[in-house]
Amino acid sequence: MADPLIELVDVSKSYRRDTLEIPVLQNITMTVPEGEFLALMGPSGSGKTTLLNLIAGIDRPTGGILRVAGTELGGLSETELAQWRSRTIGFIFQFYNLLPVLTALENVELPLLLTPLSKHERREHAAVALELVGLADRVHHYPKQLSGGQEQRVAIARAIVTDPPLLVADEPTGDLDRTSAQEIMNLLGRLNAEYGKTIVMVTHDPRAAERARKVIHLDKGAFVQM
Amino acid sequence: MRHPLRSILTVLGIAVAISAFGLIRTVIGAWYSGVEASAPNRLITRNAVSLGFTLPLAYRDAIRGIPGVADVTYAHWFGGIYIDEKHSQFPQFAVDATNFYDIYPEFRLPPEQKAAFKQQRNAMVVGRKLAERFNWKLGDTVQMRGMIFPGEWEFVIRGIYTGAEKSTDETQMHFHYQYLDERLRQTTPFQAGVVGWYVVKVQDPKRGAEVAEAIDRRFKNSLAETLTETERAFVLGFISMSETILVALRIISMVIIGVILLVLSNTMAMTARERLSEYAVLKTLGFGARHLIFLIVGESLLIAATGGLLGILITYPAADGFERAMGDAMGAIFPAFDVAPSTQLICALMAMIVGLAASLFPTWRAVQVRIVEGLRRVG
Repeated sequence: MADPLIELVDVSKSYRRDTLEIPVLQNITMTVPEGEFLALMGPSGSGKTTLLNLIAGIDRPTGGILRVAGTELGGLSETELAQWRSRTIGFIFQFYNLLPVLTALENVELPLLLTPLSKHERREHAAVALELVGLADRVHHYPKQLSGGQEQRVAIARAIVTDPPLLVADEPTGDLDRTSAQEIMNLLGRLNAEYGKTIVMVTHDPRAAERARKVIHLDKGAFVQM
Repeated sequence: MRHPLRSILTVLGIAVAISAFGLIRTVIGAWYSGVEASAPNRLITRNAVSLGFTLPLAYRDAIRGIPGVADVTYAHWFGGIYIDEKHSQFPQFAVDATNFYDIYPEFRLPPEQKAAFKQQRNAMVVGRKLAERFNWKLGDTVQMRGMIFPGEWEFVIRGIYTGAEKSTDETQMHFHYQYLDERLRQTTPFQAGVVGWYVVKVQDPKRGAEVAEAIDRRFKNSLAETLTETERAFVLGFISMSETILVALRIISMVIIGVILLVLSNTMAMTARERLSEYAVLKTLGFGARHLIFLIVGESLLIAATGGLLGILITYPAADGFERAMGDAMGAIFPAFDVAPSTQLICALMAMIVGLAASLFPTWRAVQVRIVEGLRRVG
């Protein structure tokens, strides 16, 4: 069995609203091996997005140990965590979250600004990533000139351009029609199968979940057996 | 540019405000131009009661005899009307033709004109701007009606002086004191034999205070006690009469800066609020606080700098327009009216301060916002 890329031990997360403490995740323990394609499913409010955010290092647990790609995230400062994210995580959002004033190429180039690459190298890497997602002919298009499926492919190119070991996707097909959703899932499947990317995906869509190798269901902040 | 109209309006708002600020600073600067033009080696001796009271002409030799005094001249306010009252707002002085221009070297008069002025009793010398204003030429005869000294007065222009510095007043009219005095002795003898003030050139400017004290001591307990001060203090004394207006102008200029701060702050706050999700995305990608600070502060400074630059450029035509609007009165009130380099610098500095201040809250908000909170604003 491959080494675990993600390791959660007794992880909890709760939010405080005024004096009220609202538990979202309770004592989650799990491991995700390198190369896994994991789908997290569950009803709204089950804690799946919170779990994804913890794994991606954009939120912090209130208890437990969280280790991703060999790094214990609890001990990192905000700056260290930001640097860690730029090296380790490729994030795919439900609503793509491309910057509207930048072209597809510039959007994909964005994470590379944090690397020591030259401008020419950055452009080359971004072009390769766009080619990989099948958008070589759309590099100079702005987000508003692209369809939803194309925008999500640009977002995937942006997520993979730094070659991170882990891709996290929050409802990547949630805003797409059926055909586009299928294309996106094919692309994620390829990235997992051909390029060995570990993928953790939150989805409501059973068809999308079917493409994952493993599906975990959450309800009320805990894993449930289906 | 995501909201071109908003950005353009903000830049224009800053430009107009900076221009107004620059214009007010120029007006204040013009008010003080006389202070800049004052010489450190000149003292002014006037009646201790007020400038409205005169001093005997006989004081001249007494002052000249005081140790430390290099030379003495004098002047007397004429207050005549040329054409009508509207056209008469320019300084008119009866002066000691023998040495007035020696003590005021900043009034540059060609030697032949100076000689011509000295030779003719009703000759007068006018500043370049005054001559241009009335289209006066050398040899022209000018008729004036006396308001303080009754009667019709006729002068012949024998000299046109130019200023040595930008701040030198080129709107004055000078004529022979003797011409005035002789006529007064015949018509209104009680007005004769007195002058408005003495201008004392000291040998050593460092000993100015000492000489001033000696002059005032010399005339202590006389019928016309004197008050001697440096030319700078004398001019400042004049300005202090308008101090309330100047304070009001300064307050207005700062209010203008406050207004543009609010305008830009509003734009930046709206911008930052709209982009909160984008800042969250950038943070997710690994961009840190310093990148966001660079982005937001940079944008704010760019808007402020563009508006500031435009405002500074507008200040020049605005100052010209102001001069035209003031018309003939301009020269009398502001002998030197130019947008100074220091004003441009202050305008630029103010624009930058505004740009920086306007970005503080949005920057703080963007840096503080948690990624998950920022991402929730998507869609």
